[in-house]
Amino acid sequence: MNRSNGSRAMSAGLVRRVLRKPLGVVSGVVLILIVGASFAGQWIAPHDPLAQNLRIVRQGPSVAHLLGTDSLGRDVLSRLLFGGQESLSGVVVAVVAMLIIAIPLGILAGYVGGLLDRVILRVVDVLLSIPGTIITLAVLAIFNNNMFVAMVSVGVLASGAFIRVFRSAALSVRQELYIGAARVSGLSRVRIMANHVLPQIRGVLLVQVTLFSAATLGIQTGLAFLAFGPPPPSPTWGGMVAEAATIIQIDPWLLVPTGGVIALTTLALCLLGDAVRDANQERFTLAGLEGKPSAPQAGKSQVHTTGADRDDEARMAVTPGALLSVRGLTVGFGAEGRETTAIQRVDFDIHPGEVVGLVGESGSGKTVTALALLGLLGANGRVTGGSIRLSGEELVGMPHARLREVRGARIAMISQEPMVALDPSFRVGSQIAEAVRAHDRVSRADARARCEELLAAVRLDPAIARRYPHEISGGMAQRVAIAMALAGRPELLIADEPTTALDVTVQADILDLLRTVQEETQMAVILVSHDWGVVADLCSRAIVMYAGEVVERARVADVFAAPRHPYTTALLRSNPHGAEPGKPLPTIGGSVPAPQEWPVGCHFAARCPLATEACRVAPIDIVHLEGDRASRCIHIDELAEVRA
Amino acid sequence: MSAEQPILEVTDLVVEHGTGRRRKRAVDGVSFEIPTGTTLGLVGESGSGKTTTGMAILGMLPMSGGRVLFEGRDITRMPRRERCALGSQRQVIFQDPYSSLDPSKTIGYTLAEPCRVAPREHRMTTAAIADRSAMLLQRVGLSPDAARRYPAQFSGGQRQRIAIARSLMLSPRLIVCDEPVSALDLSVQAEVLNLLSELQQDLGLSLLFISHDLSVVRHISHAIVVLQGGRIVEKGSADQVYERPRERYTQTLLAAAPVPDPAEQRARREERQRRRIEERQQ
Amino acid sequence: MVRLIVNRLLLSIVLIVISSIAIFLLMSLVPGDPARTILGANATPDSIARLRDQLGLDQPLLIQYGTWLGGVLHGDFGTSVFSGDPVETLILARVPVTLSLILLSTLVVAVIGTGLGLLSAVRGGVLGKFLDAISLVGLALPSYWVAILFVALFAVAIRIFPATGYTSLLQDPGRWLLSLVLPVAALSLGGVTIVAKQMRDSAMDVLARDYIRVLRATGIRERSIVLKHVLRNAALPSLTILGITVVGALTGAVFVENVFVLPGLGTLVTQATMSHDLPVVLGVGVYFTLFVIIVNLIIDLLYGVLNPKVRVP
Repeated sequence: MNRSNGSRAMSAGLVRRVLRKPLGVVSGVVLILIVGASFAGQWIAPHDPLAQNLRIVRQGPSVAHLLGTDSLGRDVLSRLLFGGQESLSGVVVAVVAMLIIAIPLGILAGYVGGLLDRVILRVVDVLLSIPGTIITLAVLAIFNNNMFVAMVSVGVLASGAFIRVFRSAALSVRQELYIGAARVSGLSRVRIMANHVLPQIRGVLLVQVTLFSAATLGIQTGLAFLAFGPPPPSPTWGGMVAEAATIIQIDPWLLVPTGGVIALTTLALCLLGDAVRDANQERFTLAGLEGKPSAPQAGKSQVHTTGADRDDEARMAVTPGALLSVRGLTVGFGAEGRETTAIQRVDFDIHPGEVVGLVGESGSGKTVTALALLGLLGANGRVTGGSIRLSGEELVGMPHARLREVRGARIAMISQEPMVALDPSFRVGSQIAEAVRAHDRVSRADARARCEELLAAVRLDPAIARRYPHEISGGMAQRVAIAMALAGRPELLIADEPTTALDVTVQADILDLLRTVQEETQMAVILVSHDWGVVADLCSRAIVMYAGEVVERARVADVFAAPRHPYTTALLRSNPHGAEPGKPLPTIGGSVPAPQEWPVGCHFAARCPLATEACRVAPIDIVHLEGDRASRCIHIDELAEVRA
Repeated sequence: MSAEQPILEVTDLVVEHGTGRRRKRAVDGVSFEIPTGTTLGLVGESGSGKTTTGMAILGMLPMSGGRVLFEGRDITRMPRRERCALGSQRQVIFQDPYSSLDPSKTIGYTLAEPCRVAPREHRMTTAAIADRSAMLLQRVGLSPDAARRYPAQFSGGQRQRIAIARSLMLSPRLIVCDEPVSALDLSVQAEVLNLLSELQQDLGLSLLFISHDLSVVRHISHAIVVLQGGRIVEKGSADQVYERPRERYTQTLLAAAPVPDPAEQRARREERQRRRIEERQQ
Repeated sequence: MVRLIVNRLLLSIVLIVISSIAIFLLMSLVPGDPARTILGANATPDSIARLRDQLGLDQPLLIQYGTWLGGVLHGDFGTSVFSGDPVETLILARVPVTLSLILLSTLVVAVIGTGLGLLSAVRGGVLGKFLDAISLVGLALPSYWVAILFVALFAVAIRIFPATGYTSLLQDPGRWLLSLVLPVAALSLGGVTIVAKQMRDSAMDVLARDYIRVLRATGIRERSIVLKHVLRNAALPSLTILGITVVGALTGAVFVENVFVLPGLGTLVTQATMSHDLPVVLGVGVYFTLFVIIVNLIIDLLYGVLNPKVRVP
């Protein structure tokens, strides 16, 4: 998480980010050219836009007339330049009118809320139901084809939709905690709206402005096309399309420059909108930084060193009787061949019926390890080395169809947030039944019966089956998730932080349930967790991970009694449980290195009190110890002394 | 904790959510006091009203009943202007270090913001604000040049340090900490807890520490209040509530929290199961 | 659910009244005397006065509106100032044209847009890029220009479809469809791309959700994950966009009908506006408002069906 190295990139503003995108630059330049040329029409147009010359009617492009001439022999380029002023200023009028109404009302509705919000939403409803075309046509009739007034009305009528957009943007900002902090500091509403809400929705605003401009250009030229707007001799983009349409059978060429300039402008606006949207999304996230090619070298060089490691036949050997054997597992994320390593050289065994804790803090790679076991790393991630064998069968590189048969039936998973782990659109029962039918070819009735069985197994009332996920509590949702996982009678259950999102009393119930279910089914469980208490409760063995590597493996009782890695030691000590109240907690100092910053040697060396030169120069191998323990540390003896 | 006036005295606090028939009491008759310079832990599960209580004390939620005395002055019946001035006395640190800082503003701006709204006569100069920001950033263990950077460049723990620095800008007397460490890793949590205790000792701060984690609350608090469904279940010294809980709910809560000690955890689990059987028999 | 419908219907009545007042007020501002417009330049002041009286033009605005509203409640939209025909007759004769155009276009937009969007979200890669390009072109080209282009290509250069005109469905279903192919295509292009884009974005969003990962971990077939879970959940935001495109198709229809010279409401209202024919503009306005309200109601209902959080009280 610590990316303190990217200061230059983050301080870049929205404009600079847009300018970094080729499409953004091109469309920006095209727009500036079109707008600039149109408004400089008086000076740069090669001909008088109204000058007729009946001797050169309907000529194609030539040096004298770059875009040809129309049916009255007028220069098309000059007419387009002059016509642009009228069309483009119409767009500006509509956009300004829309913004003047939509920004204040949208932000007020979203940020202040309450009665004001309801009133504004009603007004929006009205605005959205009024037939805009008819009002605009009526306005044109009243004001004698005055385009200015018509475009104002287009802006006003469209503001309804944009009030909604700005409202929802403001609404989401309102819930941010920093708004709360600003309120506690005594900042007034107006100031919060101006200082915090408006800048946050600026990106959304720019995107909407470009898209609305594009749409408005269509309407403006469309109206001119229908012969509303300035009367014939004066050039308008829409009017020129209409003229071209009348002679379409004789000379289709005229349709090209006239429609083309409209299409080009709209296209540029849309592309600019896309670029702004992307730039805005990048701005506050780190997406823009992660693609930087500078960092990953450290991580990459390690993949090669692990390559040497992997030749070690003894290490790759599968432990007889193991249900799952993971050897040298290395996972990378990012473009193929240029991956950033997320975990490396991960080795462990899981025996049938055993409950093993996979423990670590954020960035340790525990969840990546769990997902790799199921082949669920996503499009961006892949196993770049090592093997995963389930009862001797290799899962790495297994074809999709066969992997699908493993999932659920042999290895199942439950995940962290039970409320988002269920599809909100389907009843609980139908989701369990679907899981049942994915493994057993049974009739619907049988699937329903099995579903009731599973609900009973997770101690839920069968009536729950008829409920939707949003109608049940987090604890119930986690029970349902467990029922779904049990549907395929798996040999191994991967539980990824199954209780982190739950209240303590609910957590205790789920842990008890997991224990009971495990005892009843005798399946093996990998419990991924950051909580040592949960591990102490449920697991018989623990695998400790730090910065993408397994640092220690041991029986749970042994880990707590005498950890054999400096990281495990330090982490266990920093737990407030058992610490003396009022006294400072022992801390580790420093922070977990990001994959790009992984050192060649021990990943923990920089924070370790025992680190020596030997720790830093070369990768540290895992050392097997007495009592089926293992540790990735070369100073285990000193560690024992320090503890004593 | 002698005759000295407590910094905060809450009496019969009632907070209601919703309107009309959907009106629900989120906090119902909560009373407690925080002696100056001490930490009060407010513990409960979701829906217990612990956060609502904190927000009501900060004036971010309207109270439906009860009284809140801040240094002996009733802030519920205080004119708006005066209450605004109190903003500098009470501050807040939130749970989520990712959304508690405005991503579009530099750390320097975020730190300076509370100072800009102070009453004109107390307003600091820009230079003074910059000095204080730099000093506080160092105090929370960050380099002063962090002021020029954006929140996205900091880790969760670092952001929480920044949030702490922001809360200290106006030299507050009371800080409401709403689950300040629950989104942090164990090792980072220890650092932030240490920082809070240190600051309390150095600056004589009073803390209202809201959390669901009993062992964290136990570690940092002098007294603990246990909430359930908007009402106080038990209150007492941290030692008493944690080691010798009197109320059944507190006991259940303690028994449910897993501890990093296999033997003790086994004992707790058995205790929990025994209770469950007992309850069934009743 | 029932409450939602009742609420919506009540709101609809208010909306129709408000929007008709807006149109009425606007049209009453139209300069020039309708009576003179109807009778032509050679009319005597006497006959103009008589017609003004007949049309109720001397009455205060509020009374005029009241009279009009009273008529509408009885199904009487007044008579066209321009042709003298009853407004309902004019409108009803043209509703089938516009309705066929918009319904067919909605069908095309919904089916093709959803399909393309879902496909490119799942397949990504080249198809995604292609869709991006197509959708930009679709967005960039104004519908009337596309319409003209279609005429030039398919009706003038290769004579597959009739360039202009309309055949009634009852008269000849085959020719009816043929006469609508080009207009519907021109009208749908923008909508298809917008819906496809939205569908792709929301499908990508759904694909990244936890429950999809859980379904995969459970061993559910990818095909059923996509067609059941992704489609269903991604349909919600796309539905909103579809509603907006259908309403937007009204504006598009005005342009497209003019290009293809279809005898629909769009051409009617354009002519009526040019000839300051207030009762016709008002009548079409009411029909358009009604259409918008019905579309929004259907979208709300569909939303309720698809989203269990809305459905269950």
